[in-house]
Amino acid sequence: MKVLVCISHVPDTTSKINFKDDNTQFDTNGVQFVINPYDEFALTRAMWFKEKQGATVTVVTVGNSSTEPTLRKALAIGADAAIRVDTEATDGFSVAKQLAEVVKSGEFDVVLAGKESIDFNGGMVPGMLASFLDFNFVNACIGLEIEGTTATAAREIDGGKEIIKASLPIVIAGQKGLVEEKDLRIPNMRGIMMARKKPLTVATAIDVTSATASTSFEKPTAKGAVKLVDAANIDELISLLHNEAKVI
Amino acid sequence: MSVLIIADSSEGIFKKVAFELVSYGKKVAELLGTNTVALTINAADNDQLFKYGAEKVLCVSNDALKDFNAKSYAAVIQQAAEAVDATVVLIDSGNNGLYMGPMVAVNLNAGYTTNVVSLPNLDNGFIVKRNAFSTKAYNHTSITTDIKVIALAKNSYGIVENEVAGVVEDFNPTIAETTLSVSAVEKITGKVTIGDAEIVVSGGRGLKGPENWGMIEELAQVLGAATACSKPVSDLGWRPHSEHVGQTGKPVAANLYIAIGISGAIQHLAGINASKVKVVINTDPEAPFFKAADYGIVGDAFEVVPKLIEKLKEFKAQNA
Ligand SMILES: Cc1cc2nc3c(=O)[nH]c(=O)nc-3n(C[C@H](O)[C@H](O)[C@H](O)COP(=O)(O)OP(=O)(O)OC[C@H]3O[C@@H](n4cnc5c(N)ncnc54)[C@H](O)[C@@H]3O)c2cc1C
Ligand SMILES: Nc1ncnc2c1ncn2[C@@H]1O[C@H](COP(=O)(O)O)[C@@H](O)[C@H]1O
Repeated sequence: MKVLVCISHVPDTTSKINFKDDNTQFDTNGVQFVINPYDEFALTRAMWFKEKQGATVTVVTVGNSSTEPTLRKALAIGADAAIRVDTEATDGFSVAKQLAEVVKSGEFDVVLAGKESIDFNGGMVPGMLASFLDFNFVNACIGLEIEGTTATAAREIDGGKEIIKASLPIVIAGQKGLVEEKDLRIPNMRGIMMARKKPLTVATAIDVTSATASTSFEKPTAKGAVKLVDAANIDELISLLHNEAKVI
Repeated sequence: MSVLIIADSSEGIFKKVAFELVSYGKKVAELLGTNTVALTINAADNDQLFKYGAEKVLCVSNDALKDFNAKSYAAVIQQAAEAVDATVVLIDSGNNGLYMGPMVAVNLNAGYTTNVVSLPNLDNGFIVKRNAFSTKAYNHTSITTDIKVIALAKNSYGIVENEVAGVVEDFNPTIAETTLSVSAVEKITGKVTIGDAEIVVSGGRGLKGPENWGMIEELAQVLGAATACSKPVSDLGWRPHSEHVGQTGKPVAANLYIAIGISGAIQHLAGINASKVKVVINTDPEAPFFKAADYGIVGDAFEVVPKLIEKLKEFKAQNA
């Protein structure tokens, strides 16, 4: 089994989100970047396939050189090799095109990704990648087993889950449930030392045209102050929700 | 030219998001000076969609499409889009919509954007406003392809009545074979789900333990709401993971979100901010949730919630 884990390099969840250049660019000043939280679940699941089923695990990111520490972190967690496709990630369509090249040239049969990147919340790269490659695809995956050439995956649906059987090759877009939160791997000292010797290949990007382009950003307007209701006066809350907010 | 709206149904019954999507689609079609076509798969009462502005309903009835399969559905949508020369294809942000969206886009060689919260701005191409950074900001995205696929964020446009004289036509697509199949579905029935709910009642670590969730359940029941929780609550095993909401859990875009004993950490707020009205009940007036909420009560949940249940029951009895 050759597993490729797609890693998106995103601002830490506590980051203050600011923009610059007349609100056209995300201001990375003071922002710490991390492995996209959903991708951590995918990576940890991949480690399990490596340890229990002898899979080889490669991580990939499409991005400029500033993303390399994030890839090194994935290597420290246990991936065997890393690939950085050397181009700015501008839209999901073009990122998926770049990743499709990596999957084809590396002959990967299992591609694990997160269900969305927490920066642009696109939720589009894995599904597009699967379509470009004509691989099977499971979105919002909360459980995955692979035996031979068959994957059994649980997909989250509203109010429950469904179990999907699909043949490899496959792209999986995962989230919590793929592994449990408590089982998420973090790099240890030995892993960090070993990661330095592991290969990080910089691949040349192919020429693709984007399908979408970010034109500007906007911050939500500050909302008015909270209306406090006295704990002894619940009727007032009900009246506000009914007459003012009109939600009950 | 046309705007194609994928109107999702479950067991033949349209989901509420389908009505919102048709409402939105009608307005997009007006802006573009074109017509609306809704595509339905194994749905009953197709003429319900006329009320929200569907001028034509293409209706597919096929047993092979009984279970949702993203790839087969995406192939059907592609055929419909080609048949009606769609320039814009609209899907909802439910689990199924977001599963097939990227596939539909690739099939049609279309640009795709999700989390869209506004009508397109056509002054300078085709630009939509969308949620980004887990609702901490909006991003304006220009879609530069001829065909555009848009996933509308739930509750961002609303259901708008706009009755038209529509027609229903049968549509018979070819169904592709797939090597993927659904072997089992496990679903809680008879309970309002977070995805569907108009009101969500959510509990945090302030509730001290799973044994105290009875009042949360009861409050939800009185309001016809879904129950949810903060991340530590599901991590501790007090509640199932499926109830975890926030940046790394389920997103909530309800009309009303009631947070009880939840501090309002940035990662929690990021996932629930898209809700219209937020109420917080917390003992600590300094809890960050008070900055994000519309209404708040500084008080002990164990005193406030039972009273709230009692008063709401009275209110419901009077307004029934
Ligand atoms: C990468 C990452 C991702 C995360 N993703 C999420 C996410 O998706 N969702 C999420 O929820 N969290 C998430 N978190 C965790 C988040 O940072 C907070 O730790 C969490 O939201 C706190 O949960 P809480 O408010 O229930 O608990 P606490 O922070 O412990 O707050 C409990 C609150 O209850 C109040 N309280 C106590 N007693 C009472 C009483 N009797 N009556 C009323 N109020 C009372 C207290 O004043 C306090 O404000 C994430 C964290 C990280 C690092
Ligand atoms: N630039 C990127 N490089 C590698 N993988 C990515 C990149 N962007 C997104 N992905 C993968 O696709 C998933 C969904 O991302 P998105 O479609 O951007 O929301 C992420 O969780 C990653 O696994």
